[in-house]
Amino acid sequence: MRTITYLQAVNEALDEALAQDERVFLLGEDIGIYGGGFGATQGLQEKYGAQRVRDTPISESAIAGAAVGAAMTGMRPIMELQFSDFITVAMDQLVNQAAKIHYMYGGKANVPLVMRTAAGSGTGAGAQHSQSLENWMAHIPGLKVVQPSNAYDAKGLLHAAIKDNNPVMFYEHKLLYKTSGAVPEKAYDLPLGVADIKLTGSDITIIATGIMVDKALQAAAIVKKKGISVEVVDPRTLVPLDEQTLIQSVAKTKRVIVATEAVKNSGFSAELTAVIAESDLAIKLAAPIIRLGGEFVPMPAQKSLEAQATPQVDSLVQAIEQSMSYKEDQA
Amino acid sequence: MNPKISMTEKNGRLDNVSALRKMWEIRIFEEMIQQLFDEGELHGTMHLCIGQEATAVGGAGILDQSDWIVSTHRNHGHCIAKGTDIRAMFAEMLGKKTGTNEGKGGSMHIADLDVGNLGSNGIVGAGFPIAAGAALSAQMQGSNQVVLCYAGDGATNEGSFHEALNLASIWQLPVIYFIENNQYGMSSSIEHMVNIDLLSERGKSYGIEGITIDGNDLDEVAQTVAKAVEKARNGGGPTLIEALTYRHKGHSKSDKLMYRSEAECRQWQKYNDPIVRLETKLIQQDQMTPEDIRLLEGSIRNEFSSLVASVKQDEEPTSNDLWTHVYAEENK
Repeated sequence: MRTITYLQAVNEALDEALAQDERVFLLGEDIGIYGGGFGATQGLQEKYGAQRVRDTPISESAIAGAAVGAAMTGMRPIMELQFSDFITVAMDQLVNQAAKIHYMYGGKANVPLVMRTAAGSGTGAGAQHSQSLENWMAHIPGLKVVQPSNAYDAKGLLHAAIKDNNPVMFYEHKLLYKTSGAVPEKAYDLPLGVADIKLTGSDITIIATGIMVDKALQAAAIVKKKGISVEVVDPRTLVPLDEQTLIQSVAKTKRVIVATEAVKNSGFSAELTAVIAESDLAIKLAAPIIRLGGEFVPMPAQKSLEAQATPQVDSLVQAIEQSMSYKEDQA
Repeated sequence: MNPKISMTEKNGRLDNVSALRKMWEIRIFEEMIQQLFDEGELHGTMHLCIGQEATAVGGAGILDQSDWIVSTHRNHGHCIAKGTDIRAMFAEMLGKKTGTNEGKGGSMHIADLDVGNLGSNGIVGAGFPIAAGAALSAQMQGSNQVVLCYAGDGATNEGSFHEALNLASIWQLPVIYFIENNQYGMSSSIEHMVNIDLLSERGKSYGIEGITIDGNDLDEVAQTVAKAVEKARNGGGPTLIEALTYRHKGHSKSDKLMYRSEAECRQWQKYNDPIVRLETKLIQQDQMTPEDIRLLEGSIRNEFSSLVASVKQDEEPTSNDLWTHVYAEENK
């Protein structure tokens, strides 16, 4: 299979969706000639025209609201927020409108929109352009939340998000855009709500989201040399959450680390931890659950401070060793 | 009852007799829900539009069924004028499964997409961009539909108003932004909340024609909206209409009306009631007698009393309904 980047995978899914379904259109800031803040919409306006690949004013509330209104009346809009931090400006339309309309109207209207956005730290963009706020959206009934960790998942999950009849929040990670992977040339869907075991192992489970999946795989390769077998589970979608796959993995390994880039305090890692802690497994674990997440600080711009603000590969290695240091009867 | 009484005569002019009936339906609907609330039959809140019936009937009432409206928390008039089933509205207010929203919306979220009612909104100003989106749909689909977006005077101070008007203007969307200036945003006099004389002036900074009209004169409302609709259908883009009106009742059920004088209220209620003004005109033009009007009013009251009695027998949602419609189903 050919190899393409995560960014190309996103672009390809958008291209295919625009070709397949004339109700699909894109709107957002600088998505036309400029190709989007990170290049995800490169070439699409040239191919599909300025009506279907629409540059908007800098008006996040109007972008999101227009997407809601268009989605309710027969279109399938895909809106881009240049940086996920800008969701604060679009929040009312996503949280109070898009999420609630189907329920509030007794099922009589659908809001099939996709909000795509670039999230996460690592580019030195500072506190207002580097956050991981996906947990906010996961807290809202009515929204679906997707966080692809590689190019293959990005393409298949984006296709599924576009076909979904609900508002789907699609979080792309800036540092993953340049990573490459094997991606089929034809269009395919990966169902929302199905976790993926990225690495099979027997001693300890790491449940990791987004960019932490890649770091977990690197940590697994390091500890493998010491004879520790790590299983890496990627939920892929925070809502709906495939609790069964997470629980089954931890039932097998009896040790678990939960890792997100998002700030640890009140973060989605707490939800993932609770899924394990509230299951029958909790009393059978061989070691306490370890939770890794971002420090409780606004993201600093300076390179080394920025790296210290989120879990890195060595923090995962340390956590694995800490968990393995418990003997089964100690916990 | 026929909720779709044609409001226009063959020559395209407003049929004022039908319009009066609609205005009375709105007023009596609201008087009855107020009474149900006072009797403890109604759970939740409501925002009455009594005194503003001309903006509902002269606006939503003259659109085609396929056109859309986007409404506000003060929505009952807009919903009725657009043809939303009144029985289902009573049922929604009374928390019945037969309600417009199956009881899940309540007063502030009444929607009926089948008659072009895209729904009412509890967030002030949120409808502006949603209306732009619906108008964008119409434009992209070439459907010839227009969107009428209602909002109150206070909503023009929300950022969403400014973002949406700009978007509607640069894309020349078929949308009419209709501001019902009833003088107060909850307790705040609009006079103290903006530093301009007319809210319609705000259209100018977005390249949108702005018009201020007498919102209690049904004919003036209907003619202004009809012109804006025609312009929008012909690709002429959006219009901003400010209709001056007054709500007779408080903001919501808990309002003690400390912020306005009795003299002011009396002035509007006695000398500028849109229903009385239309009735006076109909009587002067020999289209109706005072007795015709009393008979009309009485028949609506009787009809609605039977409706409410029947709705009270309807089933309420069951606990299973708590969990339905959180997510839309997937295409099979």
